[in-house]
Amino acid sequence: MLKIGIKDLAKYPFLTEAGEYLGNTGLNLEQLGHPDWKPIVEKAYGRIVVASSGQIYGSDLESLDNDSELLSFIVAIILLKSAGISTLIRRFSLAEARRAERYLQQDLWVSRDKKNLELPLKIIRDLFAVDVSIDNDEFVIKVPDYLQRAVHFHEKEWKLVNRRVTNGLVYLTAHETVRLIRAELGEYINGKIQSVNIESIPQGFKQRVDDLVLLAKKFSDTTYVSSEYPPCVKHGIEVLEKGENLPHSGRFLLATYLLSKGQTVDQVAPLFKNAPDYNERTTKYQLEHISGSSGSGTKYQCPSCEKLRSESLCFATPDCDGIINPIQFGKKRKNQ
Amino acid sequence: MNEKNALLIEGAFKEYYFNRFDLIHVPQRATEREFGYQKFNSGMIRHLVIRNDKELHLLLMKEIPSDVYCSNAYYTFPNLPMSEKDWKGADLIFDIDAKDLALPCRKDHTIFKCSSCNNSITEFQPHCPKCNSTKFETISVSCKNCISESKKEVTKLVDMLTSDLGVKKEQIEIYFSGNEGFHMRVTNNDYEPLGSQERADLVDYIMFNGAIPESFGIRKQNNSKTSLPTLDEKGWRGRIAKGLFPSKSKTPKISKEIISNGYSAFQVQLEEIKKTMGVRVDPKVTMDIHRIFRLEGSINSKSGLSKIQCNDLDSFDPFLEACLLGDDEVKVMINSPLQIRLKNKKFGPYNDELVSLPKYAAVYMLCKGLGNAI
Repeated sequence: MLKIGIKDLAKYPFLTEAGEYLGNTGLNLEQLGHPDWKPIVEKAYGRIVVASSGQIYGSDLESLDNDSELLSFIVAIILLKSAGISTLIRRFSLAEARRAERYLQQDLWVSRDKKNLELPLKIIRDLFAVDVSIDNDEFVIKVPDYLQRAVHFHEKEWKLVNRRVTNGLVYLTAHETVRLIRAELGEYINGKIQSVNIESIPQGFKQRVDDLVLLAKKFSDTTYVSSEYPPCVKHGIEVLEKGENLPHSGRFLLATYLLSKGQTVDQVAPLFKNAPDYNERTTKYQLEHISGSSGSGTKYQCPSCEKLRSESLCFATPDCDGIINPIQFGKKRKNQ
Repeated sequence: MNEKNALLIEGAFKEYYFNRFDLIHVPQRATEREFGYQKFNSGMIRHLVIRNDKELHLLLMKEIPSDVYCSNAYYTFPNLPMSEKDWKGADLIFDIDAKDLALPCRKDHTIFKCSSCNNSITEFQPHCPKCNSTKFETISVSCKNCISESKKEVTKLVDMLTSDLGVKKEQIEIYFSGNEGFHMRVTNNDYEPLGSQERADLVDYIMFNGAIPESFGIRKQNNSKTSLPTLDEKGWRGRIAKGLFPSKSKTPKISKEIISNGYSAFQVQLEEIKKTMGVRVDPKVTMDIHRIFRLEGSINSKSGLSKIQCNDLDSFDPFLEACLLGDDEVKVMINSPLQIRLKNKKFGPYNDELVSLPKYAAVYMLCKGLGNAI
C-alpha cells in the first residue's frame, strides 16, 4: 500500500488523503479563525492573489512547514467559496493545477526509481483514468487517451501526426505527460472547490473575502469586434460568387458563421444562389435547420479552425492570430 | 429519376432482397444502432430500430428501398430524435473513394451530361455545345485501375491501423462500397468513445496532415543528423525515413543534403511524401459520429452493385463479386459514350440505342444516368 506523507500532501493538497490528514489533527474551522492562525489566512490570500495574476504560487518544500502549505490551500478554498466569484475560482484552480503539474513532473522525472514513480502515476490513474506506463526512458499512453486530451491544445506539435506512435501507444516526456492532464487537473480542483459547502466563516476571514471581491473587479474585460470576415469565410463567398461548387462543409461554415454573426436566414440564403445545384426551397430548409428554427431545435455552431484545417477549408492569414474558431476573428481583448 | 426507370430498378432490387437473405445481416449490437432507408424518388426515413436479421429482411421486402443505412454509433435510444438518443460511442469508419484519388484515368471514364438537354460530352466545357446551358451532371464509372489504386489505399490504412494504432486485424472489416471505392469499419473498444474532434486528429494522422519538420528532426536552425528519422523506426518517422533514404548506404549523404537544404525545403519534401504515403480517406466520414453509413449486403442505388465484404482484398473484383442482380435480358435505351465491364462482359459504348442487356447491366446504366427504361 502506498503511503502518502505530509510532504506529498503539501505538493498535492487536493488529494482526498489531505482531508483525512486534517481530520486526524482535530483542527476545525472555528479554531482557524483565531488570531494565532492569521499567518495562514494571509498565506492563503497571497496564494489566491498570485494565482489571479496568472502566476504559479511557489512553495519551498524543503525548508517550510508542510502543514502550513496544506492548510493555506484549504483556507484559500474557504475564502474563494465565501467570495463566490467564479473567475477567481477558475484562475486559482488553473494556477494550482500548474503548481501540482510541476511537482508531478519532478516526481515522474527527477526521482526515477520505482518507489517515487508510484505516487504520480497513481494520481494520474486515479484522478483521470489514464494509464501511463514506462518504456525505456519514456512515458507511454494509449492513442485514444492521448487524443481525448491533446485535441484541446492548438500547437501543432500536439497533433498526433507529430508524435511518436507505435502499437497503439503515444510516447511522451515527463513534461508532456503532465501537461496533457493540466486542464483536467484544473477541472478536478475546480470541482473540489465547487463541492465544498460552507455555512459561515470565522470573523477573521471576512476582511480578506471583501478584498477578493475587489480584486475580481479587475478581471472584467471588454472586447472590440472587427466586422471583417475571416479568410475561410471570404474564400467560401468567393467560390460561390464565381459560381463554382463549394463542398457541403464549406457551405455549412458560411451558414453557421453568418447566422451566428446575427444575420437572418433570409439574408444568408441569396448567397447560395450561384451554386451549381441551387434550390431555393432546399437552401431555406437547411438554413432553418442550422439556425435551430426548425427540426430538432439545435442551433449549430461554427466549426473550429482545427476542423476546417482537416477539411482543407482553412486559409489562415497572420490576422487570424492564434484563434481557434472563425467566430473569434477580429475580436481582441483590450485588457491583455 | 423518371418513373419507368425507378420501376425497372425497383423490380431488380426486389428480386435481390427476396432471394439473397444469406448476404444481408444486421451488424453486431444492432439494437443499439439507428437504421435508415430511402425509397426511389422519396426522402430519407431514419431513426429506426431493427433488432435482428428477420426484421431487416421484412423491411427490405416490404419497402424495397433504394438505399439502406445503419449508424456507426451506439445509442441508448436509437429511435428517438438526435438530441435524445444518448450517444454511447461509435465504430471508427473510413471511406476510400476512387473519385478522391485524383487518378489520371478518371478523365477517360467521366462524362458530363447537360442537365437541360441530356447531351453528353466527354471533355468538360463551361457551356453545352447543343443548348448552351451551364449546368452539368458529372457521371463516372470506375475502371480496373480505380479499383486497384483504391485497394492500395486500403492496404496502407490497414497497415497504419495495425502497426501504429494498435488495432487488431480481426477488428477491421473491409467492404466494397457498392460504387467506386471501399468502406472500412473498425470495432475496437478503445476508439469507440472518441468524439468528432479526436477523430479529426486521427484522420490527420492517417492522411499525414499538419506534420511539422520539427517532429522529423529538422528545426529552423542548429540541425544535426542524429535527430533525423531512421529506417528502423516505427510509425510516421519510420515511413518518412523510407521516403527520404532509399538505402542505408545512401543515408549519410542524403542526411547532409537535407540539413544543408534547410527547413522550408524539408517541409516541401514532407508534402511530397504525404502524397504517396498518406492515406486518402474522406475525412468527413470518419469525423462524423452520427452518420448513418451504407448497410453491408444492401444495394447501392448509384450503381446497382452491392456493398459486400472483401475477404481477400487482392483478388477481389467488384465488377464480378458485387454484381448480384439477375441476368435475364431487358430492353433499354442507352446513351453511353463509356464502355463498362460487368461479370467479365463488356457493354457499350452505345449512342442512343435500343439494346437488350442482362438486368444487372441495364440497372447499372440506369443508376448511372446513362439510359432509360422503355
